[in-house]
Amino acid sequence: MIYLSLFLVFFKIGLFNFGGGYAMISFLQNETVLSHAWLTASEFTDIVAISQMTPGPLGVNLATYAGYVVSGNILGAAIATFALCLPSFLLMLFLSSWLQKHHSSNAVQDAFSVLKPAVCGLIAAAAIMLCGNGNIQDWRGILIFALSFIAIMFFKAKPALVMAVAGSMGLVIF
Amino acid sequence: MCKELELFLVFAKIGMFTFGGGYAMIAMMEDELAVRRSFISAGDFPELVAASQACPGLFALNMAVFTGMRISGFAGAVFAALGAVLPPFICILLIAACFRSFRDNEYVNRVLMGLRPAAAAMVAVPVFTLARRSGINIRNVWIPIAAAILVCLAGISPVYIVIAAIAGGLAAGRLRRK
Repeated sequence: MIYLSLFLVFFKIGLFNFGGGYAMISFLQNETVLSHAWLTASEFTDIVAISQMTPGPLGVNLATYAGYVVSGNILGAAIATFALCLPSFLLMLFLSSWLQKHHSSNAVQDAFSVLKPAVCGLIAAAAIMLCGNGNIQDWRGILIFALSFIAIMFFKAKPALVMAVAGSMGLVIF
Repeated sequence: MCKELELFLVFAKIGMFTFGGGYAMIAMMEDELAVRRSFISAGDFPELVAASQACPGLFALNMAVFTGMRISGFAGAVFAALGAVLPPFICILLIAACFRSFRDNEYVNRVLMGLRPAAAAMVAVPVFTLARRSGINIRNVWIPIAAAILVCLAGISPVYIVIAAIAGGLAAGRLRRK
């Protein structure tokens, strides 16, 4: 049953996703495109693109949109978002006082000394997969990628602005 | 205004004014929670951020639950969490519903062909900015490279990467202190 699968997949992502929305993209790609084949690679990329243009935490946007596309209705979107939020809600509810005392303990620091670089690798994996998938096919794709990268990396351009420019460029040059 | 409603509105505001999510919202949270209101003292704020980052899941939601708990217990946590999640949920649903009927339009398709490389670039940038903040150096640079290769080429689930990284970090720390 699709709703149960959605719940389990997004609960799992919510439980293991350290490092915020960008790292979540690699979890989401692995589950929705690779394991379950719910989405095609280009559908997945469109979800990532539109989630970045829309206000709100990236993770909420991704879960809502992916749940909606996979199930085709609002119930799927609600279940995916609820399941994504449930683990951190429960953990924070029960662990918040403990965490405040122990977030700088040796064990937490040890775990994060490897986890942080690994999460960086997960984001890199997401970026590499988004560059493939037929998303960048010729010089026009490379041009838009390079300009967007430079604008965000070196000029701190706002994501919404970059997406507006990239979308307009696409309309003109493709 | 009752505390719960105020929590809902504050986190709704923080969520709706942040694009792309991530840590851009920290400055705004500090302003809303510690400066304009006394939900959290300025001294406690960095602790709260660190604890939220140490927890899995969405950073914004963790902050909301954490703050809500402090101000008015379980009800506060629920209202703060709803504030963080509900407005973007509704917003993206509207977009998704509209988008479904335009997907086959030729012009929309050309716009999307422009958006896809930009979306890839937007995910590529944090790899480099985060590399500095994550303490990556010549001795541990194999960790992100191995993680990326395993996920990309071998199709390994990131779940296993996270479990292995936590276990490896704990084991290495224990050995170091022996």
